[in-house]
Amino acid sequence: MIETKNILETINMIENEHLDVRTVTMGISLLDCIDSDIDKACDKVYDKICRYAKDLVKTAEDISKEYGIPIINKRIAVTPISMLASVCQTQKITKFAKVLDKAAEELGVDFIGGYSALVEKGFASGDYALIESIPEALSITNKVCSSVNIGSTKAGINMDAVKMMGKIVKESAELTKDRQCIGAAKLVVFCNAVQDNPFMAGAFHGVGEADCVINVGVSGPGVVRAALAKAQDCDITGVADLVKKTAFKITRMGQLVAQQASKRLSVPFGIVDLSLAPTPAVGDSVAYILEEMGLEVCGCHGTTAALALLNDAVKKGGVMASSHVGGLSGAFIPVSEDAGMIHAAQIGALDITKLEAMTAVCSVGLDMIMVPGDITPETISAIIADEAAIGMVNTKTTAVRIIPAIGLKAGDELNFGGLLGYGPVMPVRYGDPSKFIHRGGRIPAPLQSLKN
Amino acid sequence: MKTVITVLGKDTVGILAKVSAACAEEGVNIIEVTQNIMQDLFAMIMLADIKDSSVTVDDLSKKLNKVGEEMGVKVHVMHEDIFNSMHKI
Repeated sequence: MIETKNILETINMIENEHLDVRTVTMGISLLDCIDSDIDKACDKVYDKICRYAKDLVKTAEDISKEYGIPIINKRIAVTPISMLASVCQTQKITKFAKVLDKAAEELGVDFIGGYSALVEKGFASGDYALIESIPEALSITNKVCSSVNIGSTKAGINMDAVKMMGKIVKESAELTKDRQCIGAAKLVVFCNAVQDNPFMAGAFHGVGEADCVINVGVSGPGVVRAALAKAQDCDITGVADLVKKTAFKITRMGQLVAQQASKRLSVPFGIVDLSLAPTPAVGDSVAYILEEMGLEVCGCHGTTAALALLNDAVKKGGVMASSHVGGLSGAFIPVSEDAGMIHAAQIGALDITKLEAMTAVCSVGLDMIMVPGDITPETISAIIADEAAIGMVNTKTTAVRIIPAIGLKAGDELNFGGLLGYGPVMPVRYGDPSKFIHRGGRIPAPLQSLKN
Repeated sequence: MKTVITVLGKDTVGILAKVSAACAEEGVNIIEVTQNIMQDLFAMIMLADIKDSSVTVDDLSKKLNKVGEEMGVKVHVMHEDIFNSMHKI
């Protein structure tokens, strides 16, 4: 028999500490749906997604009931649509967004990702048109998420794309200004994007992936924080050990769900993403973990070190618990989705510069940050360039998902509701980077080391 | 398939009887039972086999939750694999 204390620990984690599987994401390749006639391509896309994912939601719900584990989101990631768009002789690329939205609606999934382009070294045919269409695509759909990879350690940073994305982010917010600028919350700009990420808004199904895979993203900041609270005064080595042990347990649960989903859907298991993904619910916060380690408030000096420890320990604990680890794996720091971050931002302890420093050691980047609505596209581009540079030089994934809060200024509050949360509009730094951004071109790939 | 039925709450007369009666109605075979009282909290854990029963875990869970509500205790019904995978290497 399983030990009583272990059973009670698991139940307590789920009941009181917000342990859950954040997402079961099915990755579907659309490479065989390519057609020069966009209407034919859209039909093939719709048919394939609906055929492959018809049982996704039901299967995830069955597993959730049987095992007693909440599975919060069911999602789909598809091949970057720019690859399908490249052969179509039309400018009406948004038809793809509509068909993805329709399929997501039909299947009952929460989000569908992959309205994406990979342009780290340059624009292929289709990329340019797709990126230009992003603001409209996000404004006419509800469940479609978009991402653009503009840099990588191997290729450098495509500054033409960076320039373009500043404008696209702003337009995405403007076109949805009557809906809390939600368009910008569904758009991520990546450096070193990963091909098997199950988390939104950045999920897409990479070209190196199998025809169809199941990827699972776990969660559980509340569990880690509760474990630290019980440990009280151990030293930092003890903190790291405790995080590792907790991450192991969380990941084992994710692995179990992934294996079951894969078996029941007859789809190969891809990866488990070991991310600590917060939600706006009190107690389910990454900031609270950092504060539990001994910081008065997230954002004070010491935050970067605490986050680095957390991020690394989560990976070390999780890696042994799963047969295949991938995705973004680490600690997320989305401001509006994390009760502790929201509080820290409201009292002024956390600003965009501290967040930028934190992104050098966390799993992704500047995430869910509201900036004043009068921000210029060039400043957005410059924020993207800074963040991409951190990712490029440190060989890690970084991303920017900022929301220009149209009509609002620093200090005002924007509320999305649900998992996307709410938060204060943060001021950005003074100064105009326009000339730098308008130069265009490419930042050359960095020298990684002189190995001899 | 084996499930773990956990009953948590204030100790009252007849918890074990009522939960096992509900299980018996559905043809669920109880293999093992442990009971603990920890700081006034009553914790009963049952390992049950539902392979010969026509009931699904979800339906059993709903039924036992109702029994639990009547007695003011919380009942969880979960697949045993979740505990095995989280706490054993």
